[in-house]
Amino acid sequence: MVESPLQFLDVAKKFKRSKGEVQALQRLSFHLAYGRIIGLLGPDGAGKSTLMRMAAGLLLPDSGQVLVFGIDTCSPDNRIQSQIGFMPQRFGLYEDLTVQENLDLYSDLQGLNKEESQKRQQELLALTALDPFSKRYARALSGGMKQKLGLACALLRSPRLLLLDEPTVGVDPIARRELWEIIKALKEEGTTILISTAYFDEVERCDEVILLHEGQLLGQKTPGEFLSPLSNHTYLVNRKDSSRRQLQEELRFRQGVIDARIFTEGVRVLCMDLQIHPASGENWVPVPPTFEDAFVSLLGQKNVLADSPELPTHILPRHEINPEVVIEVNELKHFFGTFEAVKGVSFQVRKGQIFGLLGANGAGKTTTFRMLCGLLPASAGILRVAGVDMRRASTSARALMGYVSQKFSLYGNLSCNQNLSFFSAAYGLKGKDGRQRIDCALQEFQLSDYRDVNTDDLPLGIKQRLALACALLHDPLILFLDEPTSGVDPLARREFWQRVNGLAEGGVTILITTHFMDEAEYCDKLVLMSRGEVLAQGSPVEIRSKARNDVCSQPSMEDAFIYLIQEHEAVLRRFS
Amino acid sequence: MNSQRLRGLIRKEFLQILRDPSAIAIAFVMPVFLLLLFGYGVSLDSKHVNIAVVVDQPTPETSSFLGSLQQSPYFIPIQYPSIRIARQAVMSHHVDGIIWLRSDFSRNLLQKKLAPVGLIVNGVDANNARILEGYLQGVWQNWMNQRALDSGSPLLVPLQGQIRIWFNPALRSQDYLVPGLIAIIMTLIGALLTALVVAREWERGTMEALMASPVTMGEILVGKLVPYFIMGMGGMLLSVAMALFLFKVPLVGSFWVLLLFSTLFLLAALGMGLLISSVARNQFVAGQIAIIVTFLPAFIFDIRSTPLPIQVITHLFAARYFVASLQTLFLAGDIWPILLWNGLALIIMALFFLGVTWRRSHKRLD
Repeated sequence: MVESPLQFLDVAKKFKRSKGEVQALQRLSFHLAYGRIIGLLGPDGAGKSTLMRMAAGLLLPDSGQVLVFGIDTCSPDNRIQSQIGFMPQRFGLYEDLTVQENLDLYSDLQGLNKEESQKRQQELLALTALDPFSKRYARALSGGMKQKLGLACALLRSPRLLLLDEPTVGVDPIARRELWEIIKALKEEGTTILISTAYFDEVERCDEVILLHEGQLLGQKTPGEFLSPLSNHTYLVNRKDSSRRQLQEELRFRQGVIDARIFTEGVRVLCMDLQIHPASGENWVPVPPTFEDAFVSLLGQKNVLADSPELPTHILPRHEINPEVVIEVNELKHFFGTFEAVKGVSFQVRKGQIFGLLGANGAGKTTTFRMLCGLLPASAGILRVAGVDMRRASTSARALMGYVSQKFSLYGNLSCNQNLSFFSAAYGLKGKDGRQRIDCALQEFQLSDYRDVNTDDLPLGIKQRLALACALLHDPLILFLDEPTSGVDPLARREFWQRVNGLAEGGVTILITTHFMDEAEYCDKLVLMSRGEVLAQGSPVEIRSKARNDVCSQPSMEDAFIYLIQEHEAVLRRFS
Repeated sequence: MNSQRLRGLIRKEFLQILRDPSAIAIAFVMPVFLLLLFGYGVSLDSKHVNIAVVVDQPTPETSSFLGSLQQSPYFIPIQYPSIRIARQAVMSHHVDGIIWLRSDFSRNLLQKKLAPVGLIVNGVDANNARILEGYLQGVWQNWMNQRALDSGSPLLVPLQGQIRIWFNPALRSQDYLVPGLIAIIMTLIGALLTALVVAREWERGTMEALMASPVTMGEILVGKLVPYFIMGMGGMLLSVAMALFLFKVPLVGSFWVLLLFSTLFLLAALGMGLLISSVARNQFVAGQIAIIVTFLPAFIFDIRSTPLPIQVITHLFAARYFVASLQTLFLAGDIWPILLWNGLALIIMALFFLGVTWRRSHKRLD
């Protein structure tokens, strides 16, 4: 009998924390079959990273056995490590080494001889298209390139088992698509690949999916097997006279509906049974189920916000602001030295809109964002936020803004409560008023249970909630969210979007950047950027229709994104 | 140990050192800076001290005494017309003290063969004041001797001190400070740098990737030890060269013994650095601990003058034994009875730190 690449036998693992113990994995048993791509999916804190690290022999089980190609990871033996490739979440690259030097280091560590290593490095550089950048420092690579280099380093010895721990976090759709091409090529060579991910579309590309929840196995099946019980449970609902957001709010609380989310022109609904529950004026069209439906039906039956259907609008009195146009940007430019990072960008954002900024890594999104918040001065152009000229009086406008940055900027060694107190003081909220707002925020964002927990010990989803709470303490008119959902698990993301929708309904204007194309659907208006320029702007429907052609009659947002960016780059190449 | 993996790790470490200006700064700029600062800036000697001289009634004797004051390298006498003005000069820090020859100076000297000299010293800097007092007595004694010789009659002093100063005959505090500094510099390079770089691997997540490769923990440790050992010895040689050629500190003992002791000490310091970083996987904390541990052992002041509990604590720090060895080697020579014990202590410390680090490090994340 051939040994399974990876076998978990009744594995349990606990971690000691400052307060008590955390059961990361409990009685987990499964095995992987050869030459398949296995997706590992689960919410934050489900034990995905722990599982990956145990498979790599970096953590030992408290009880049970982990076998890699039949070898126990407890045995003092490095035969395991020469058969696996492991890419940790942060890629494990040396930033102050060049691409070539990183590859050389890992070749030496894998014990490849000179010829082998040269040949393999050539192959990998070609595969990852990093050839032209071999002399570049790893720190100067974009997120997508770093991820590919990390992958190349893990692939040097053609591992028989490849472990990828959330390789696509914070990486743009083009880079993700490229990564999947590589993964598919590896599968052809007979490698077994275990990949943990937060993207449902990626899960659907796997041969098999392991669903993990609170350290326990919820199922190990093919994606099709996960989906089949849900056929004829999913519909796309339209109603002429109301906005998608209103419709979604209505449907979420309708009897028999498990889940409702905004999707293309309507709202996708997942029903409990085969019955449909239409109301007057609604048009229900059956659609095939997706993995997200399966995930929600298995994990999210209890609606995350069901306990507090009232969205946190009452700490935010509705803003009655006069100018309908909250943000006005015209021919905005920014130079870093001689490099033009933003090349004359123009758009307008209306009050209460959710406005999305999309683009590949390095497109100038974050730079534009920082100029809008007054963190970077604009080099040229007009920039008005809430009627204030940001190039003159950015300070007065800043009191009207809330900002959640990519890494949340919370103080890791302060508790939730202390973080909130700090930000309320920073925004000038004092005494009783400040205390009241903090209490409100703790309650509305369901943070009371975490009140005295240090932020470092919180799961990412809770951190994100706290960051949002901090940014909303002073009742901002405009909320800036810079990749707020990167690395956050699907359930937390859904909950996050419910809150954001609620805020928009309450009159708050929201600007958001994201790499999740399904999230782009939630926006009222989108701007697609590439290399500092605006390629397209409009509603999600308008953006998608721009990519409609003979090959693709119903392009998804991701198709549109990739199509428009590649088109633009082709034009650039023709001119240079 | 697999030589290819080890080579790869060491090469990586050197590339990182070369590209990280802060590592170069700690290893080579800081020694130079510290040596210049302490060598020139901090001196426990008093030389060319401005001192006010007030002569109430000039006589041949007073001018003869002033002459010998002027010849002393320690004083720059400045004449003031009255004690009142001289006092003001002390207040305004123009001078550090006053020598007051009263009107009866010559008469007392001729009649009683002894004359009181008034000395007022600014006691704010107590150490300096005491030194000034001593120097002035020296000058006085010299002058009296000279007078006695000139007049042919032997000086009638019941007890005459004959002072020999051993090991540091010129009483230059640099000779004493600079060897101590070398110990500090090497601890900083050894402990601080290694503590920081290992903690950095944890912080940036590269340790996880390293551990998932076939590399062994021993190779990771040796891969850190070798480059920083070379850096540390480089810093040491630079410091010794500066001590010998710039500060003219004599090296009485043998250079090879010095090298041997430096090696022992550096191994202990590196071991300590590795241990610190395996406890604190965070650069900030690791740096804090390393700095505290480095500066605990006093190198300027005699340990015997510290309170007893502190004296006991110093035995736990390798730097204590190294400072003692260095001062012996530089100023006294290869005095084996002293060196042997200190050497033994260094060996034990090196073995202890490296051993504990070795045992503590296993290829696991928890």
